[in-house]
Parts: sequence; C-alpha cells; structure tokens
Amino acid sequence: MIKMLKYLGKSAAWIPLIVALLIVQAFCDLALPQYTSDIVDVGIQQGGVETAALDEIRGESFEKLLMFDKSDKLLKYYYYDDVGIVSRGLNAEDVEPYITYPAAVVYALENADSSMLPESVKLPEGMTIVDALLAMPEEMRKPMIEEINKQFEGYSDIMLSQMAIGFARSELEAQGTDMDALRINYIFKTGAKMMGMALLVMAVTIVVGFIAAQLGALFGMNVREKIFRKVISFSNSEMDKFSTASLITRSTNDIQQVQMVIVMMLRMILYAPILGIGGVIKVVRTGTGMGWIIFIAVAAILILVAILMSVAMPKFKMMQKLIDRLNLVTREILTGLSVIRAFSREEYEEARFDTANKNLMQTQLFTNRVMTVMMPFMTLIMNGISVLIVWFGAKGIDGGEMQVGDMMAFLTYTMQIVMSFLMLTMMSIMLPRASVSANRISEVLETEPSISDKEQAVESGITEGRVKFDDVSFSYGDSEEKVLHHISFTANPGETTAIIGSTGSGKSTMINLIPRFFDVTEGTITVDGTDVRDFSQHYLRENIGLVPQKGVLFSGTIASNLRFGGDTASDEQLREAAAIAQSTDFIEAKPEKYESPIAQGGTNVSGGQKQRLSIARAIVKKPKIYIFDDSFSALDYKTDAALRKALNEQVADSTVIIVAQRISTILHADKIIVLDEGRIAGMGTHEELLESCEIYEQIASSQLSENELKRGRSSESAQISGKEAE
Amino acid sequence: MAGENRPMPPRRGPRGPHGHGGGPPMEKAKDFKGTVRKLLGYVKPFKIAIIAVMIFAAGSTVFNIAGPKVLSKATTEIFNGLVSKVSGGSGIDFDAIAQIMLTVMGMYVLSGSFGFVQGWIMSGVSQKMTYRMRKEISEKIHRIPMKYYESNTHGEVLSRVTNDVDTLGMSLNQSITQLITSVTTLIGVLIMMLSISWILTLIALVILPISTTLVMIVVKKSQKYFKQQQEYLGHVNGQVEEVYGGHLVIKAFNREEKSLEEFERDNRILYKSAMLSQFLSGMMHPIMQFVGNLGYVGVAVVGAWLAVKGTISVGDIQAFIQYVRQFTQPITQIAQVSNMLQSMAAAAERVFEFLEEAEEENKAENPIAPEAIQGSVEFEHVKFGYDPNKIIISDFSASVEKGKTVAIVGPTGAGKTTMVKLLMRFYDVNGGSIKVDGYDVREFDRSSLREAFGMVLQDTWLFNGTIMENIRYGRLDATDDEVIAAAKAAHVDRFIRTLPDGYQTELNEESGNVSQGQKQLLTIARAILADNKILILDEATSSVDTRTEIRIQKAMNNLMKGRTSFVIAHRLSTIRDADLILVMRDGDIVEQGTHDSLIEKDGFYAALYNSQFAEA
Repeated sequence: MIKMLKYLGKSAAWIPLIVALLIVQAFCDLALPQYTSDIVDVGIQQGGVETAALDEIRGESFEKLLMFDKSDKLLKYYYYDDVGIVSRGLNAEDVEPYITYPAAVVYALENADSSMLPESVKLPEGMTIVDALLAMPEEMRKPMIEEINKQFEGYSDIMLSQMAIGFARSELEAQGTDMDALRINYIFKTGAKMMGMALLVMAVTIVVGFIAAQLGALFGMNVREKIFRKVISFSNSEMDKFSTASLITRSTNDIQQVQMVIVMMLRMILYAPILGIGGVIKVVRTGTGMGWIIFIAVAAILILVAILMSVAMPKFKMMQKLIDRLNLVTREILTGLSVIRAFSREEYEEARFDTANKNLMQTQLFTNRVMTVMMPFMTLIMNGISVLIVWFGAKGIDGGEMQVGDMMAFLTYTMQIVMSFLMLTMMSIMLPRASVSANRISEVLETEPSISDKEQAVESGITEGRVKFDDVSFSYGDSEEKVLHHISFTANPGETTAIIGSTGSGKSTMINLIPRFFDVTEGTITVDGTDVRDFSQHYLRENIGLVPQKGVLFSGTIASNLRFGGDTASDEQLREAAAIAQSTDFIEAKPEKYESPIAQGGTNVSGGQKQRLSIARAIVKKPKIYIFDDSFSALDYKTDAALRKALNEQVADSTVIIVAQRISTILHADKIIVLDEGRIAGMGTHEELLESCEIYEQIASSQLSENELKRGRSSESAQISGKEAE
Repeated sequence: MAGENRPMPPRRGPRGPHGHGGGPPMEKAKDFKGTVRKLLGYVKPFKIAIIAVMIFAAGSTVFNIAGPKVLSKATTEIFNGLVSKVSGGSGIDFDAIAQIMLTVMGMYVLSGSFGFVQGWIMSGVSQKMTYRMRKEISEKIHRIPMKYYESNTHGEVLSRVTNDVDTLGMSLNQSITQLITSVTTLIGVLIMMLSISWILTLIALVILPISTTLVMIVVKKSQKYFKQQQEYLGHVNGQVEEVYGGHLVIKAFNREEKSLEEFERDNRILYKSAMLSQFLSGMMHPIMQFVGNLGYVGVAVVGAWLAVKGTISVGDIQAFIQYVRQFTQPITQIAQVSNMLQSMAAAAERVFEFLEEAEEENKAENPIAPEAIQGSVEFEHVKFGYDPNKIIISDFSASVEKGKTVAIVGPTGAGKTTMVKLLMRFYDVNGGSIKVDGYDVREFDRSSLREAFGMVLQDTWLFNGTIMENIRYGRLDATDDEVIAAAKAAHVDRFIRTLPDGYQTELNEESGNVSQGQKQLLTIARAILADNKILILDEATSSVDTRTEIRIQKAMNNLMKGRTSFVIAHRLSTIRDADLILVMRDGDIVEQGTHDSLIEKDGFYAALYNSQFAEA
C-alpha cells in the first residue's frame, strides 16, 4: 500500500504539510474541551477569577498575606505604591506558586470559626483570627503561625489553590470590583477564543480535505494513465498472462479502491494516531491519574472488534461466494431460458435458485446480526467508560486531586482517544483489501513488455512483402511444450497462402508471429529478407493489414473506424474499401451513412457487418501483406465469395495469408498449408493435397460430399448457408 | 453485491470514492408515492415485527438520551460536595453518586439491549423480505414471455435480482431504524433540552437553519461534480474496456498513441471532477462541526451566565452541552435517510416493474394431455409477425408426418429461428394455426407442449453442476445407467470417462475443462435422454475441430432416428436427405420442397446453392 504513494510523484511533498496541518487540527480539537472546562471551572466556579496573584492588593490584605509568606518572596514581587495598594511586579504565573499558600491560609482563617484556635486564645466579637494575629506582637505570633502552618500541611495543592482563589474573590469584592461583569467578561473572552479555535479547525480541516482530494485524484489520474500506457505497450504474452478482464479490473476498480483509501489515509489514518497521542499527552497533563481507564476502554473495544471479526469474518468470506453463486444461477437461468422452457424445467430452476437464495439469506442474516451486536455494545462500552470516569473522578475530586472541570476534560479526551482507536480499527479492516488492489496494480506496472524495438530498429526495406518462415518453432512463455514445430514456408507477393487445420492446431499463433504479437522461440521470420525483430514494430505493422478473427470495432463512427487504416484516407478511399468488403449496401442504408455511430464494442452492428467493416479497415491501409485470421467465418457463402472476388482484384500485388476453417474459402488458394498439432502436415494446392494429405482429405470430406471431392477444384462447394445463427 | 447490508466491509463496483454526506447523486423513482405504497403492502406481513422494531428503537434512544441527564446529576452532586468541602462541610456524598451511577448504567444496559433486539428483528425482516423478493423475481422470470428478453438484456434482469433487491433490503434495514432513531433522538433531545432551559434550547435551535442552509449549498455544488465524475468514470472505464479488448487491433494499426491521447483527455476531466466532488463533499463535515461548535460556545457562554445567575446548575450545562452535540447528529442522519429512501424507491420501482410485467398464460382451458403426442405437425395458413403490424410470414402451410425431417435453410439473418419459436409457443401465430397430432398447439398447456419437444441449440447451455446432473436434466427421474446409455449414444461417454472425476466432474462457468464441441455432445446426450417425439436442432458447428464435428454429426443422426425433427441445417447431407426443406428469406418462408424439387424449380434455393460456383 505504501509503495503506491510513489505514484503521487512530486505531489508526495504535500504529505508533510498534511501532517503538520493535522497536528494543528489535533491541537485545536484537543484544546476545545479545555475551553469548556475553563468556562465551567474558572468562569462559573471561580467567578471568572483565574489566579490568586492579583494585579493589585490592598495594603491591609497584603500584610495579612505576609504573615504566612513562608518563602519570603512576596515582598520581592509586589511593591507598594502611594495610595496604600501593592501592585504586582512580575507575571502572575511566576508569582502564583508563592502567593497561593498565604492566600489560602488567610481565606481559610477568615472564614473559619474560632474552634481552630488554641483554647487559650479568645477572640473579641467581629474580629477574625487573622485580625487577631495581626494585632499580636511578633514574638507571640510566631509560635501560633507555626502551629497554624502545621495544621495546613495536610492540604493538597488543589485545595489550597481553590482557597487562594476564594481569597482573591473576596479581595476583589472588597476593592469594589463588579464581580458579575468579571465573570461574564471571562466567559466571553474564553468563548471568543474557543470560536477562534473552532474556526481554525474548520479552515485546517478544509485545507487538509482539499489537499487530500487533490492527491487522491492525482493519484487516480497518474496511475490510470501509467497502467493504460503500460497495457498498450504489452505484447500478447503479457495480455494472456493477466487476461483482458483482469487488466480491466485492475485499471478501473482497483484504482478506485486505492484512490479511496489514499484519501481516507491522508485524512483519517494519519489523523487518528496524532489525535490519539495528543489526547494521551493531554490526559497525562490533567494529572488525574485515571489513565488506566483509557486502557480499559481501548482494550474493551479491541476485544469486542476482535471477537466480532473472528466470528463474522469466515461468514463474510463465504458470503461473497454465495453472492457469486446467486448471480451465477440467475445468469444461467437467463441465458438458458429457451432450454429451460423447452424441457419445462421451471420448477427445477426455481428450486436451484431457492437453494442459492436461502443460503445467501441465512449467511447474510448471520453477519447482519453479528454486526447488529456491534453498535449497541460499542455505545455501551463508551457509556460505561463515562460512568467509570465520573465515579473515579468523584473520588479524585473528593481527595482534592482534581477539579470538576478536569474530570470533564478527561471524559472528553478519553472519548477522543477511544474514537481514534475505533477509527484505526475500521481502517485496519479496509486496508488489506486496498493493499490487494495495490498489489494487483503494481504487478501490472512492474511487468515489462516482452517485445520491444531494437535500439537501431530498421524503418525501411519492405518493398514486396515476401514473408518467409525459416524453421520456426514457438512456445508460450516458459512453457516446455511447443505450439509450433519447425515451420518453414514462404508466402509470396501476388499469391494467396492459406492455412487450414483443426482448432488448436496453431493457425492463429502462426500468423500472430508475423506482426510480432509474439516473438518466435526458434528460427526466424523475415519480411523481404529482414528479420521481423529487426524492424521497428511501428514500421512492420504499418505494412501489414490484419483482419482478426473477431470483428473488433471501436466506438465512434463507421468512418472513424475505417480510418484506423490511415488517418488521412479520403472519403473516396473509404468508399472503395467498403465496396470491396461488400459493406456499401448496409452502410448506405443507414441514414447517416459513413458517419453512423458505432457503439462501444460495435454492439449496434451485426457480427457479419462487423467482420466486413474490419476487412474494409485493413483494405484502407493498402498494406503489402494481408492477414485474414478466419475472417470469413461470420459471412454467408454468397458474401464470402463476392468479397473474395473483389478482394483479389484489389490485392493483386500483395502477399495474402488466409486462415480458414471452410474448405470452400481456400479452394482456390495458390498454396494451402495444412497444420496439425503445430506441424505442417501438408503443403500444396487443393488437388495436390487431396491426393497426398490424409488430414486435408479428412477435413474436406467432412465438409464436401464425396461427389464434390472427386470433382475437385471444379466442384461446387457444399454448404448452403452461413454458419452464424441469428 | 448483496454483501452491502452492513457498515463495515468495503463495497465493490465502480463507484467513485465519496466522503461524508454529499454522496453521489441519487436516482429518483418516477412514482415515489405509488412505489412506497406497494412497498408498504410488501412489508405488511411483518407488521408486528416492524412495530416491535419501532418500540425498541424508540426505547433504546430514549434511554440513551436520558443517560447524560441522569449522569449530570452525579456531576452536580460532586460539585456541590466539593463546594461544601471547601467551606468545611461534609464533602461528596458517595452513596448518592453510587445510586446515580447504578441507575445510569442500568439505563445504558437497557438502551443497549433494546438496540440489540431492534437490530436483530430488523435484520431478520429485511433479509426475509429480500429473500422473498428474489424468490418472486426468480419465479417471475419463468412466466414472462420470451419476447421480453429480446428487448431487455440479461444484465438488466440480473441487476434487479442482485443490485436492486440488495439496495432495497439495505436501505429498508437502515432507513427504518435510522428514521425512528433520528426522530426519537431529535424529539427526546429537544424535550431534555427544554427541561433544562428554554433559553439554551432556543440558542441550539438557531443552529438548525444555519446548518441546513450550509449543507444544502454544499450538496448542490458537490452533486454537480459527482454527476460529472460518474459520467467521466464511465467514459474512462469504457475506453479501458474497449482498448484492452481490442488490444490486438490497436497494435496492428499502430493506434497506441492515438488512444492514449483520447484516454488522457478524459482522464484529466475525471481528475478534476473527482477532485472537486471529493473536496466539496468533504467540506460538509468540517462545516457541520463548526456550526456545532458555534452552538456549543453559545450554549457554554449563555449557560455560564445563567449558572451565575443561579438559574441552572453546572451539571445541567454539562448535560446540555452533550445534548447539543447529539442534536446536530440526527439532522444529518435524516438528510441521509431521505436520500436513502429515494434510492430505495427507485430500486423498488424497478423490481415492481419487473414483477408486474405481463405474463404468458400457461394453462389452456381443456388442456390436451401431452403423453399421447405422436409427432405429426401441420401448419395451416400460418400468419406471423413479431410486430403485428409487420407480418413477415403471411400464409404458410405444410404438413409433416411423424418421424420426418424438416430442414430450415436460408442466408444469415433470414429468420430461421422464427419457426422454432412458433413451434415452442415462445410466440403465438397471428393467424392460422400450428397443429400437433391434429390439435392446435394453443389447446395444450404451454409447459406440457414444450415438454414434447427436445432441443439441441448451437448455444450449448449447460449449468453449473456435475455432468451427470446436466445430462439428467433431460429427464429428472432417469437412473445413472440411463444417463450413461444416453452419453454413449451421443458418443461422449468415452470423453467423460477420461476426465478425472468422470460423470461427477463439475462444469464450471467457463467450463475450461470441456471444449465447445464436447459441450455440444453433452446437450445431445441430454436430448437423447429426454426422448421427446419432436426435435429441434440447430446444426451449426462453429469453432469445432474436424474430429469432434464428425462425432457430433453421428450423434445427431442417432438422435434424429424415429423422431420428427426440425433442423436449422447447414450441412449438405442433412439438407439433401431432409423430407422437407423450408427456404427462408427476410423472415418469410419463400420456398418449400425436397432438394431435387427445389433445384429443379431453379428459384432462390437453387441460387443460394449455386452462389459459390463463381471462382474468386
């Protein structure tokens, strides 16, 4: 999967930027809950007072603080001004550690009842302990303060800072500050910051989305083009190795699959760990000591997913087979409708379908239900975790280890961490599939075409088109078994050379060697004396007019298809070629004539018409060498005969090689080569072969009546109509 | 594609990647209301189950919503305890908190189990429904006249059985559940929010129109590019298929660069639209998130202010904030559900269209028993046209005695299979009649008439199963020995025995282990086993090697012995030996007679026969 990223090319440089942006996003996402907890903690609970280290403190209060200033630093940080007010000289954060303790003690003592005092001391009415202490002489106060300090030793920092805030609040109130305005201001300020964050998150997410979409689409485009380019450079060996259908899937579905995952990867898979790590850092920072709950949560979810997957996975795999099975049965029923009806096997087929249908339903029901379990359980785990957090949070708060806001923040972070885990789990289910697709894609991209031009390929020299096979043997790929054995013959210009033989005798293979769709394993093939492997493929093929077995047309118009044979061909040339290929009638019958559209795969013309158009296409090319690979089989005899007659006039000087099944097509060939299991079993004219070649005689007698065989060349051929059924 | 009824496994099929919301453009049903009404009729048997689903879904949601509210009491308890502690009070009341925790856990467990039961029932309902629909379609397939399949491709019917039924089941499953859950959530959350503070609720409600408007804008923009993306994905994939399929021709005609150019052009447009659709639909999520945050801040600020005034407690703010989060979720869900309902209706419409196709009536009023059929066939002034306004066979009469052979000849496209279709009653004549043993074919039940015919077609249809099963298809109650005897008569027994699993060899889809010619022999064996009085044969032997062809010919001769045979004939021997030759041209029967009489007549048949004389 990762290696797929290399196909992003230079654009991969964007990935670090995405990571950076995702870090910003995670930072914001994680900071947001801090603001809510600030609103609750500081804004509401502390009345908007953030710190005990106030900017200004009244002189009388400051003196109270000085009594408990264990660090002796307050006088350094605060200075007196002329109106009896002390002002802070340093940042609040720097001062806070030193002022918290005295402020907390003062707050506690001022709000406490007198029971805290040693019994020997009695306080006058309206006087707090602090006032009393202030009034005391130094030597008397000292032991008492030591006593008090001892009492406060047990207080946690959080309790102390809460009490210190209490001091600050009453101090501010005493100074005549508008406390309500303070709170609201604080909340607004925090709210504004939070909105800023939210805005930033949105902006960052959109930018990340943009880059990810860009990269994903770019990947799709690049790889699609690369694979397309690769495939058209393939020779037949590679096409056969992968199979056309598989290559199509690789170039379409597989690329889509990977593209989708890349976008997701950039947006989510990268984000999940960043968010997770960020969440962990934040959780550690809250110092609540409840990290173990996160482990429980993650473990619970992983276990749940693992259990469900192990139960459902085998069924999921099976389900795909059952779906295929249902499709197969349906397709079989549809293609065999006439047979089914002829045999009245409707009920049999219904039962067959029902079995497939029932199997699918049962399996699907199972997997669906397993998946149904997932959601409620997942929610239950999440909810259970939040209950757990509140419970242990309460304990922590009670012990003074954390604040309510901390607990709420913890809750949020935990959910975020758990979610990022969940996200990773989901991805881990998708990734294997995508990586299968990715591998299938790289398999194609890493395959080198087995046929390529030599460095100094010949681009001239074909003058006549004389094709000569010299002791040619051939085997597919690394296969030991040879498909062709020691084939030698010459196809001369101005002559028709026919190749006949049963299916699998190697006829098509033989002619595919001429335009170098395959290269020979042994021996040589020369065209006008030059080895075909020395020509450039482009030049060689320019001189060959091939009509393949199947009439393959391309979407476009009739004219655009005929112009495959030559972009510059004039309309007149197209008409001539169509006339030779006996296509004029049906082309002219169409309202748009030569501009009639051809659908993809040529589905809107009949098999015979397709074949005639592909013959015309080769004629437009005016090549030196014509190769007809069983091209007349889709034509009825009448058209076949007329076409060959017209063609003979056109191709008088060219080399014509015809592969055929029907004897009548090749009766008049100058040279007939009989192939049997990859070997030449006979070569000569029809009459010669009837005498000398047993296999030829067998083929002929299966098609011609005995009478006609005897009459030989002057005979009428024996079949009446075309082979193609309507 | 039935595998999509669940959230997790990735989907297949050539769809574009899409992010949250936005989604590809939805198909719309032509008659939404009517289709939904029909669908409701379909769901009716599951009425009780569906009601149960509704109750459980609502229950599950209610508990899930109430949870945070109760949990928030715990927070408030903690907070109060803390405040009292700071001022020297008793501290947190853990008993009370434990009480609350237990209640909450109980509610969550209830919610979970309700959700589970709901999902359990619902997947049962939707699976049973898809099962039933598939079954009905499969049965319907056999009752629709052949004519239908000539104007509709197999792919179309196939996609109804698989994709459409699947979409239907999946969206039914999800949309009902989601609709109930979302609506309940929306109402529940609203009530809960109101119970906390109407002012805060008002603030939360303000988000609604904002988010809806934003979503609408994004959806509208992205749909445009989604459509374009789908279109160009189609183009590009089409080019891939075409060029790969015609690879040989591309190479032979040096068209590599040219096709690459075309491909690159479309690929670039695809890139643009894929990028934009992905980006725009991806924008939905952050925008909704921002709007959600906006509500969040609004609630926090106002909530804090209210808390200061003492109107609500801190715990309430906490709960409310959670509700605000829950509030935006069902809104997006309802938008999704409405999309899902659209595509569901479109799928359902196609399924119903198929189920409502006109059927061929199978039963005759007083059907003639087929057992007695001897096999003589008469055509009396048969008049026929695929389109009643375009009669192609205007007046054809002929009489075929039992056991005779009729050869049907004519050039490609002359309509040789029309006769076959009429005999089998895939079509009915427009005038005149076809009689078997003196009875009009319309007096038989369609299926029993057809059972009197054996058939060997050029298209060798065999199904996925063992060779034994495939031959036995001709007569289901045949013993193994009878099957083997038929195979011997069809000259295919020897071949079958060379296969590693013999008669138990599975024929798979491509049947790579069995050649075209051998398949033809298997279908002959099947017809021999069926032992019908009348035979229909398509003699064409395309792409079959010589030796197999000879064997097929022998097998066919065996098969035709003693049976009335209609042969779409290509082989001279068959034609010359036929008792009657029907010569067809442009759909009509232009001549009939024996070989000699037709040659003598020197008409179309003679011309056809002599057409290859000319030396090329």
